Amino acid sequence: MSTTIESLVNREYQYGFVSDIESDTVAAGLSEEVVRIISAKKHEPEWLLDWRLKAYRRWLTMKEPHWPNVTYPPIDYQAARYWSAPTSVKPLQSIDDVDPELVRTYEKLGISLNEQKFLSGVAVDAIFDSVSVGTTMKEELASHGVIFCSFGDAVKEHPELVRKYLGSVVPYSDNFFAALNSAVFSDGSFCYVPKGVKCPMELSTYFRINAADTGQFERTLIIADEGASVSYLEGCTAPKRSTNQLHAAVVELVALDNASVKYSTVQNWYAGDEEGKGGIYNFVTKRGKAAGVNSKISWTQVETGSAITWKYPGVLLVGDNSVGEFYSVAVVNNYQQADTGTKMIHIGKNTKSTIVSKGISAGHGNNSYRGRVKVMPRAENARNYTQCDSMLIGNRCGAHTFPYIEVENRTATVEHEASTSKIGEDQIFYCKQRGISAEQAVSMIVSGFCREVFQELPMEFALEAQQLLGITLEGSVG
Amino acid sequence: MLDITALRAGIAEREILKGIDLNIKAGEVHAVMGPNGSGKSTLAQVLAGNPAYEVLGGSATFLGEELLELEPEIRAQKGVFLAFQYPVEIPGVTNAYFLRSAYNEIRKARGEEEVDPLDFLDIIEDRMKLVEMDSSMLNRSVNAGFSGGEKKRNEILQMAVLQPKLAILDETDSGLDIDALRIVAGGVNALRRPDNATIVVTHYQRLLNYIVPDFVHVLANGRIVRSGGKELALELEERGYDWLLDAA
Repeated sequence: MSTTIESLVNREYQYGFVSDIESDTVAAGLSEEVVRIISAKKHEPEWLLDWRLKAYRRWLTMKEPHWPNVTYPPIDYQAARYWSAPTSVKPLQSIDDVDPELVRTYEKLGISLNEQKFLSGVAVDAIFDSVSVGTTMKEELASHGVIFCSFGDAVKEHPELVRKYLGSVVPYSDNFFAALNSAVFSDGSFCYVPKGVKCPMELSTYFRINAADTGQFERTLIIADEGASVSYLEGCTAPKRSTNQLHAAVVELVALDNASVKYSTVQNWYAGDEEGKGGIYNFVTKRGKAAGVNSKISWTQVETGSAITWKYPGVLLVGDNSVGEFYSVAVVNNYQQADTGTKMIHIGKNTKSTIVSKGISAGHGNNSYRGRVKVMPRAENARNYTQCDSMLIGNRCGAHTFPYIEVENRTATVEHEASTSKIGEDQIFYCKQRGISAEQAVSMIVSGFCREVFQELPMEFALEAQQLLGITLEGSVG
Repeated sequence: MLDITALRAGIAEREILKGIDLNIKAGEVHAVMGPNGSGKSTLAQVLAGNPAYEVLGGSATFLGEELLELEPEIRAQKGVFLAFQYPVEIPGVTNAYFLRSAYNEIRKARGEEEVDPLDFLDIIEDRMKLVEMDSSMLNRSVNAGFSGGEKKRNEILQMAVLQPKLAILDETDSGLDIDALRIVAGGVNALRRPDNATIVVTHYQRLLNYIVPDFVHVLANGRIVRSGGKELALELEERGYDWLLDAA
């Protein structure tokens, strides 16, 4: 009977299909030549090519980080392809020009690119392999002065903004994967909300990896100018493949005086099969700069997919009275590994950060929280509150916590709370005795555990996240 | 209502129940007493279907159906309720949500419509009076941070909401002060009806002053060694269990 917890965590990955779409792919391998080809394919200006080349040369001198609490065989960076784009993507006049096969792909994923059909109040940028295949609600947004488009379009249409902010939060030299991304990034989303504008709808980017053996390197740049605010959601899926695929994205957020950016992620990349074969290596650098006074940057992430997750969405609290938040649910099942957390760097006065991390481990999964809270000498009255909870399902999984706290100012208040619990057969039996099925019981117990984080997600996505969690954990209770 | 025949069960290869026969009719209250380790709680857990216990033989028919073959949630849906000796904590899940989920699962199983949160509030507020519970309890996480007395009252509240046909109270009196005992027993008595039955598992006679049983059974070493009326409980109070153990 102890199959209840085991069997509940294992449901089939629903998004594992491959779309048959003709692609333009660059031969495997990485060299200066490949960087130049990518830049040329995107008709980029000279300054951007130079930036890429500097990043590439820097990358050559760097070593892949091995401090995360994860293990994987060496990655052959020369075996991967760094560019794949559906050939049908020509400059689009409207979203109706998108290849019907692509539209069907997104519909299978539950994302409608047809504006009439789409959830009202959400604009979507769809990224297929390396390129944006369409952005919805552009005109509606433009009427408010909000720029929301693919990264490539932003380079063409708003080069001054891109040039000013690209690399301003995550420099190309930041780390190995950020340097790699800076050299070969393909596309991504760009958003600029002008002074005083509250973005009238949720913005969303939907990432899809399709081509085999292709790395995905997108870049997202979001800027909220003085007094502006925006809420942004990112979703991701990939086909089931038996080989591992690399995803090394960079996300940069900038909030100027009195501005706020809320960034939510529901990450559901293919996680590999029950034996741990295949799946996405999700090595991502995400950082926000709360640059202005009273600015706020909030990260919410629900990480259910990927074979390995390595990401630490952080906030540089530069402006006085700025606020940084990190709410995270990370779930690992089967042989998934996650080493995730955040960095809160307090630089300005009266800066405040909140960290709520919920790690759930099932099967043979290994889950680590790694967080850094740093209070710089001039950050008077900085405050941090960290809560870090782990839940174990079954007895072959692992949960680890690595908090780093560095305080260089005596007026700081830093709190850290941590707990570990186990979904027990006793909890499941208790629910069953009240007429509730084991499956429903697990989803109820896990949702209860994650409640503080789900509350932070936009309404529609909170439900999706809750269902996703149920799917990821299905079969884990036996 | 419940017919237990030659029931044998155990845990991890160890036989604890060594042949239990017990017949319970609608409208009756049966007390199961006995010293520690006699198998009282095992009987309660086995009837509720706790997977930690293994049934080694015998049968238990409930309303004409073999209970021991059913999943615990099906037993619950058919009207078997166990008030736990150690109610389990579920952090982050509110009492109100948990109770409504349970209530609706049982309604669904009966082919009845689910009730929405507002209608459910009316139902539950009425039942909370039975156990003198404050409505602030509804927004607290299931049993998390509850005192011993609150947990037991919460069990009886659940019973009052779910209205089982057969209620099994497993050491519900343990850890209760006299006021809490009175409240809990008052709740159980208020729920007694001609068409339901109750099994009260207890070590002490004390609870039976409040919940008066029709029959008392003494369990020792996995067998019922003596059955009688309510006066048997008083005799046990006076003489202890040893004289029965010696006889067995």
